[in-house]
Amino acid sequence: MVPFWFIVIAVLWTGFFILEGFDFGVGMLHSVVGQDEAGRRAAINTIGPLWDGNEVWLIVAGAAMFAAFPGWYATMFSGLYLALALLLAALIIRGVAFEFRGKRDAARWRRTWDVSLTVGSLLAPLLIGVGLADLLHGLPINSAQNYTGSFWTLLQPYALFTGVTLVLICLLHGATFLSLKTTGEMHERSRRIARTVAPFTAAAVVGFAIWTHVTSSTTFFLRPLELLAIIAILAAVWLVYARRDGFAFTATAITMASCILSIFAGLYPNVMVSSTNPAYNLTVHNTASNPYSLDAMTIIVLIFLPLVLAYQSWTYYVFRRRVSRDQFVTGPPPAASPPAAPGPAGDITPGTPAPSAAPPARS
Amino acid sequence: MALDLARWQFAFTSINHFFFVPVTIGLAFLTALLQTAWYRTKRDEYLRLTKFFGTLLVINVAIGVVTGIVQEFEFGMNWGAYSRLVGNIFGAPLAMEGLAAFFLESTFLGLWLFGWDKLSRRVHLATIWLVTVGSMLSAAFILAANSWMQHPVGYQMVNGKPQLNNLWAVFTNPVFVWGYSKVIFVSLVTGAVIMLAVSAWQLRHGGDREVFTRSARLALIVLVPAMLFTLLVGDELGVIEGTYQPMKIAAAEAQWTTCQPCSFSLFQIGGGNNDQTPTQVIAIPHLLSLLATNHWNGKVVGLNPLQSQYSKSYGPGYYVPDVFIQYWSMRVMAYLGGLVLLFALWGLWLVRREKLATSRWFLWAAVWVAVLPFVMNTAGWLLTESGRQPWIVQGIMLTKNGISPTVSTTWLWISVVGFVLLYGTLGTVDFLLMLRYSRDQLPPPRAEAEADAPVPAVQY
Repeated sequence: MVPFWFIVIAVLWTGFFILEGFDFGVGMLHSVVGQDEAGRRAAINTIGPLWDGNEVWLIVAGAAMFAAFPGWYATMFSGLYLALALLLAALIIRGVAFEFRGKRDAARWRRTWDVSLTVGSLLAPLLIGVGLADLLHGLPINSAQNYTGSFWTLLQPYALFTGVTLVLICLLHGATFLSLKTTGEMHERSRRIARTVAPFTAAAVVGFAIWTHVTSSTTFFLRPLELLAIIAILAAVWLVYARRDGFAFTATAITMASCILSIFAGLYPNVMVSSTNPAYNLTVHNTASNPYSLDAMTIIVLIFLPLVLAYQSWTYYVFRRRVSRDQFVTGPPPAASPPAAPGPAGDITPGTPAPSAAPPARS
Repeated sequence: MALDLARWQFAFTSINHFFFVPVTIGLAFLTALLQTAWYRTKRDEYLRLTKFFGTLLVINVAIGVVTGIVQEFEFGMNWGAYSRLVGNIFGAPLAMEGLAAFFLESTFLGLWLFGWDKLSRRVHLATIWLVTVGSMLSAAFILAANSWMQHPVGYQMVNGKPQLNNLWAVFTNPVFVWGYSKVIFVSLVTGAVIMLAVSAWQLRHGGDREVFTRSARLALIVLVPAMLFTLLVGDELGVIEGTYQPMKIAAAEAQWTTCQPCSFSLFQIGGGNNDQTPTQVIAIPHLLSLLATNHWNGKVVGLNPLQSQYSKSYGPGYYVPDVFIQYWSMRVMAYLGGLVLLFALWGLWLVRREKLATSRWFLWAAVWVAVLPFVMNTAGWLLTESGRQPWIVQGIMLTKNGISPTVSTTWLWISVVGFVLLYGTLGTVDFLLMLRYSRDQLPPPRAEAEADAPVPAVQY
């Protein structure tokens, strides 16, 4: 059961990055693809019903590490303390931005949440990328399985490069997603952004695959997943330029998956490499839970993960339609809306039907 | 210092998280009821109420979700030694929470919110019920994990480490069964009090009288039994905790010496950790015996005998929780619960006499009563969690041994200050938005001709 649980965790992280990856991309790009308020709202609404369910993959990945490999969870989360605190802050400001941004009709208010959404969506994949790469490249870990470095120890070149690579993949993944989900000018702009980003992402992914290989292997030839990452990103570039939106999105999804999986494949059977002494490496065996816990959790995951996949796929089917900017150009321009200030309900007398003061389609 | 900071941060983030949790569970349930009423009667006012309270639910869920992620990460970040020792048991319900509950809640919330015009009415109604079920299941798994810290079950010690050997026992733990029931009832209380307060404010300020009388009445009908059951379940939970965590209950009465039968003091002057002979004001005979043991003449072992007994079993150390926190959090929780019940009964009496919408005093008070569940809930958690101290897992691990050994005080200061600033800002923003949307107008009624047209979906 121990190798099985390592695979489950790798799959959960991969699922998280495939799904939340384009959410991050859309979050970073929404102000670029949407050049006015209606456009920005259209961009955000392409992921509106989806992002929350996608983010749960991260929660479950973390909790599964906790349950199946408590030693890994404890060392990684306490070692990456400040990076994770920053990640939490990024996820928080990004999560509330979705709900809060449309709740007040004021330019500065929306600007604030646009910035939080962009910054949060940029920081999250960057920090997680740094963290995952650190597992593979090695961190100072002592014989008691405790991290002994500082915050700056985390920022080694390979880790930073992986973080940037993930951000670039998220950007391209988000742009191909937006090409699939928007119409008209926004559709064209998404494609243009994809074409601009694609060469940089490709360069980064090729670099990442080689660097990952050099870090975790002594053989000359690339391993299948590393090779797949390179093939997938080259295919993605070609498909983006060939304007095949659907296939391009599939290719960026495969790129994402193979990059994340190649980190995990490079790790196994380690889960955290110790740069202090290879004997102190955390492995699947010296961090795993007892067999009973793993067996019990296996039954749970085999029942619920297919169920989750089924209803999440159904959600994607329900919201398969493109989102058009025109849906958001309604009524008077925002500036002409009723003032936000105090007690809007205070000035209605009982008996008169409430005038529809609320701007249409506000959530 | 590191221990204090880690404890303080966990307390701060979880108390804040639990401001939002009961509102989510309670309001999701009430919103589902409203939408069911609309589905069955096709009456427009129920749809308007569903949308109105659904907006409040969503504003609240946003912060509830993001503060929940913090909770999960903190076990590893701040309580590394604890996570390493008990992850194989404590982590299991947490992972199950994500897989079986949180996925459900989040995915179907998206479907509910954005699916108004894309799903049939029946399926759309099902989505809000699945959100409700998801939020309640989520609380179940978290409470199962928490109850294991209060009263560890279903494990064996192997080389000094607890290992899970019976998952079923974790979910039939009496502390869990009763504690979870209490959380569900108190969530319904919180949601209902919010709905009542908003309706009352609207009735006082010219909101649609007929519609908001309806929601106030629904809130009261849920509130009265929910509050009553909260008190009854709380009483039974006290007996169970008295059995497994006698320190917790003895400290809640500041009972230093063993008594039989035991009286319950309404108030005390003095007391606390260094004063073993406070002046008790109005001692009600036999009441503590009843509360702690369910028997008229039940015996409650005092803190001093428990301390010497614990020192003998677990080695030298001080095993008495903070008596001041225990004594007062217990009373704040119980007295406010009683107050909310009386208030709800007053409201129900007004409903029967059809005077709810015109009772100026009741409507004024109802707005302010909204504060009470939050104080009550916080006091309840202080009683439960502070009463577990000095243990992080009762009888297995001390809190001071559970922290991450290599997380420095500097790191902790940075994260504590960061979280306080972030939670403070976002909590304020969220509170102001809740106020603003509570005072907003109902969505306008739909014309007869539109009654069968799809309801427009929500957009960000």
